[in-house]
Amino acid sequence: MTARRTVDASLERVLREERTRLIASLVRILGDWDLAEELVQEAAVAAIEHWPVDGLPRNPGAWLMTTARRRAIDRLRRDARFRERLAQLGEEANEMERPIPTGGPLAADDRLRLIFTCCHPALSREAQVALTLRTVGGLDSAQVARAFLVPESTVAQRLVRAKRKIRDAGIPFRIPDAAELPQRLEQVLAVVYLVFNEGYLASDGAVAERRELASDAEWLTSLLARLMPDEPEPLALLALMRLHLARADARFAADGSLVLLPDQDRSRWDHAAIAEAAGLVERALRMGRPGQYALQAAIVAVHATASAYAETDWAEIVELYDRLLQLQPTPVVALNRALALAELAGPAAALAEIEPLAARLDAYHLFHAARGEMLRRLGRRGEARDADRRALALTDNPAERRLLESRLEDPVGR
Amino acid sequence: MKYMLLIAGAEDGWDHLSEAEQGALYARIITWWDERKAAGELLEGAQLQPSGTATTVRRGISGEVTVTDGPFVEGKEMVGGYGVIDVPDLDAAIRLASSWPAPDTLEIRPLVTGEMG
Repeated sequence: MTARRTVDASLERVLREERTRLIASLVRILGDWDLAEELVQEAAVAAIEHWPVDGLPRNPGAWLMTTARRRAIDRLRRDARFRERLAQLGEEANEMERPIPTGGPLAADDRLRLIFTCCHPALSREAQVALTLRTVGGLDSAQVARAFLVPESTVAQRLVRAKRKIRDAGIPFRIPDAAELPQRLEQVLAVVYLVFNEGYLASDGAVAERRELASDAEWLTSLLARLMPDEPEPLALLALMRLHLARADARFAADGSLVLLPDQDRSRWDHAAIAEAAGLVERALRMGRPGQYALQAAIVAVHATASAYAETDWAEIVELYDRLLQLQPTPVVALNRALALAELAGPAAALAEIEPLAARLDAYHLFHAARGEMLRRLGRRGEARDADRRALALTDNPAERRLLESRLEDPVGR
Repeated sequence: MKYMLLIAGAEDGWDHLSEAEQGALYARIITWWDERKAAGELLEGAQLQPSGTATTVRRGISGEVTVTDGPFVEGKEMVGGYGVIDVPDLDAAIRLASSWPAPDTLEIRPLVTGEMG
């Protein structure tokens, strides 16, 4: 039974990789997203039927391409306008039957083109997310809908509109040139990180799809890191996600409430995965001036490699936050820096940094939760409870709500 | 692909500039226009008179016509010019629009081609 499940898991991985490669090639050749998706869907269904019985083909990509090609030819023959594309499809299929070269020129990888097109700035962020998960990640619209808690018809409509805009507005299927790349890559990473957080932060187990979103995002990021080995930020983001996932089990108590970092049982962390991810952070940091994800990953790595909360190198963390703040002068980064400062210089110093952020973070529940925590440490319990109540009113996340409720129920405060 | 660039901005947006600054900005716009035209990227276009000169004609579903003073949308940013460009794709159109020398807002709209010649 276990053996069979292992085979299925590896099939699934291969199928996912090859599916993305195939859809990217077909979108380039056909210029028709819907037809490409249909063909790939049919090829994937055929693979699920044949591979477990016949064994994994020597070149799964070529197998899928041949299957999709046969179906494509049937359809395109009926339409004279596609004759030119048909010839191209034949060539591409021949190309795919040869072993796929590894380490070739990355600019030629269609999957990268696909990702950049899905995350084009001319599409709304919602459309970017839906299109990336659907087309690159292989989720169907029902899965995307459940993960983002929106009706399936909404997702379907977003996808239709996005594909129509790609076609009618002439959004090109290309990798941005060197001048555009930093900004465009930032957009792509923002999309996959949003997907990750949506899954990771909501992962109280209530909706399985949401938990799986985090691993979908991790897979997408690992693909990006492989396709762009000279860029430090995809690698850094991958490390950041893995550092979070390696500690995910310790984040929730048996009753489903959130366990904060100081109270987590560190023996439940996956220390091997942490060490590996910390290695990726080192690699990303050596690749040049650290970007926002490299600094964030470095901060999380300091936390994750500390043997106990009290052993954390707070000076290092505050210094990393100072550098992050230069790059990203946002109130949320300033808030996180203040929380690290509390451990280094005490709650009064931290509160002095937190209070001026009130105007900009008043609608952010973690601002009030952080402020409440500092007030409690200073013994100002009444004000602390008011802050906790404010935080509670601002979050719907069940795990966070349980934690805040338990604080409010505690008559003496913590 | 052909796109229409709708160039919008605050109509009093230049008021805070000195006469010399206005002249310099206008000269930059003229240069931009001439260069893009010479490159074959800009097919046609024009600056429009201010929205105070606009007249709106609305034709209803049963053919009734109303004529009113003013533009069809009143807003802070008014369309003050347009250009029709011919470039390979949206990325090229975005690059072109990004190089517009004045502090305006540009909307890029692909043209429906083939039906109206």
